[in-house]
Amino acid sequence: MSVELLSLIIGGLTIGAALMVVISKHPIRSVLFLVVTFFLISSLYILMNAQFLAIVNIIVYAGAIMVLFLFVLMLLNLNKESEPKTPKLALFSSVLASGILLLVLIAAFKDSLRLQHVRLPQQKQIGLVENLGKLLFDEYIVAFEVSSILFIASMVGAILLAKREKPIID
Amino acid sequence: MDTGLLIEKLILAILLFVVSLGIAAYSTYFERKLAAWIQDRVGPDRAGPFGILQPIADGVKMFMKEDFTPTNADRWLFILGPGIAMFTALMTSAVIPWGTDITLFGRTIALQVADLNIGILFIFGIISIGVYGIMIGGWASNNKYSRFGAIRASSQMISYELAMGISAITIIMLSGGLGLNDIVKAQHGMNWNIFYQPVCFLVFFICALAETNRAPFDLPECESELIGGYHTEYSSMKLGLFLFAEYVAMFVSSALISILFFGGYNFPGMDNFSGNTLALLSVAAFFTKTFLMIFLFMWIRWTIPRFRFDQLMHLGWKVLIPISIINMLVTGIVIAFNEGWIKF
Amino acid sequence: MESLTNRKKVVSDKPMTFMEKLYLPAIIKGMFITLKHMFKKNNTIKYPEEQRVFAPVYRGMHVLKRDEQGRENCTACGLCAVACPAEAITMVAGERQKGEEGLYREEKYAEIYEINMLRCIFCGLCEEACPKEAVFLTDRIVPTEFERNEFIYGKDVLVEPLNDRIDVTKRQHTGTRSEI
Repeated sequence: MSVELLSLIIGGLTIGAALMVVISKHPIRSVLFLVVTFFLISSLYILMNAQFLAIVNIIVYAGAIMVLFLFVLMLLNLNKESEPKTPKLALFSSVLASGILLLVLIAAFKDSLRLQHVRLPQQKQIGLVENLGKLLFDEYIVAFEVSSILFIASMVGAILLAKREKPIID
Repeated sequence: MDTGLLIEKLILAILLFVVSLGIAAYSTYFERKLAAWIQDRVGPDRAGPFGILQPIADGVKMFMKEDFTPTNADRWLFILGPGIAMFTALMTSAVIPWGTDITLFGRTIALQVADLNIGILFIFGIISIGVYGIMIGGWASNNKYSRFGAIRASSQMISYELAMGISAITIIMLSGGLGLNDIVKAQHGMNWNIFYQPVCFLVFFICALAETNRAPFDLPECESELIGGYHTEYSSMKLGLFLFAEYVAMFVSSALISILFFGGYNFPGMDNFSGNTLALLSVAAFFTKTFLMIFLFMWIRWTIPRFRFDQLMHLGWKVLIPISIINMLVTGIVIAFNEGWIKF
Repeated sequence: MESLTNRKKVVSDKPMTFMEKLYLPAIIKGMFITLKHMFKKNNTIKYPEEQRVFAPVYRGMHVLKRDEQGRENCTACGLCAVACPAEAITMVAGERQKGEEGLYREEKYAEIYEINMLRCIFCGLCEEACPKEAVFLTDRIVPTEFERNEFIYGKDVLVEPLNDRIDVTKRQHTGTRSEI
């Protein structure tokens, strides 16, 4: 089986799973379908010979973030009665917003199609750990360090939010 | 594609599957025996001589039990949960190198199913997926105790994965490769990582206890508070899969610890041997280390009482993560000095 | 006050020292205690092959005694049923007919005598209440059953067989007041 056919099948499955995330009635099922989607995306990465990216995608998204999602959902009381009713205006605006997002994505996708022909064939080994490391700590070192500062900022912010305020004595 | 290679890997994979299941089955027997010895008892001794047929009797019992599904359970997820638990526990063993190359019928066979260049990351990925088995099973049971178990499992796993990952990074820094084969080769002979990284070993070992849900970190399934936790509603072979997955996970993490810290298949004086003798001796050395680790796991289980949940979180976030980060920094500085990147 | 044992430990709420906060020395100490126990002799008695010796006052399954001539001692007075705190004993009395003198010692006897072994608490009060030395608790163990009603023991189980007499002399000696 050729790689193209395989990636087409997996791509179709990915879209199907992603649709199920939206369609599923129960939030827990949505989260589980999202996990499936991440796995399928990881397998697409592997088809592109980007093993590091694939496994990091699984560790970070499927293994940590989605577990936290599930954790929060299990703590919530998910009865039908306690669900707030969505106003018509909010529904309309959310449809509009996601429509605009779709437009942007399509535009971006068109560009990436053109890029693929230029770059991919030359750098088949780019996804392997050594090459990725060299690229990250050499060419893109500034971007890498800036993003780490961003992470530290968010961590400090989270700790600050979680910390108990001192009782005010008047 | 090379058909010989395919057959070779297939045989190795099946062998690995059978060996992991066999070792897991006999760890249940050994665990019961050990518990008995520690408590001045005899342990199972009725099935066969010294009770060595006990795992088979247990298995038959599990199969004969009624397979019960609670009325309001989510039927598919209820089946999926134990399946995922077992699947992930078995998957991890694919990247573990069991010994040096062996020569059979004129072919050189590597005793490793897949030599991934991101081996240790693969293991971490699979371990992080492993918690889904417990979470899905616990949630689908539609029981408050099961759900408590699932919630506890998820928060415990995420907390201890961090410290475990950071201590694994320290080992990766020492050996300079993500593949498990590279890590083992860097510890040739008696050059084991435990002698350089005792603190790292301690942190990693504690986290491994927590990740496999072994006592004193068996909070997701503690009998006294949660009457079995996530497998409260399970019966028959589904329960068997959950219990079995724990033992397979224990075997695999013992193997991982012996690779990362005790030199895997390396043993002192291994340069005096070569060829198939070396391969067999290295497999023996590897399994000896792994069994000693399993023994340590069990010994700890029957000695130390269970943590309280806030103590568990305290230990994970406020003790183990800072220790592992400091250890990693110190290791990094020492490596930088040795390589001559920093000079005063 | 002088303590009875030397195992007393003085409890204090002093803040822990650094070594204590590490917990590892204590854990290792505990692990060596369990290791030591691994090599100790075990206390198990392997039941069906090996049996524990019962004390002479052990209270197990009941027996309805016969006298030396093989006649049932019980006269169905009902004192045991009254004494029973668990209300496990029921009986129906009957009158001895002509020609049954070899079967029953007294003129009145128990037609039905039932003990519910699920209710019985093996306190031995029936034995103490019995004026005729008819009911005794022996060192036999009540076997397990699968049905609840099989635990209601009738006379077919309780009365000792003629050719297989049950020895209760030990209990008779401990029970009689005149010897004390």
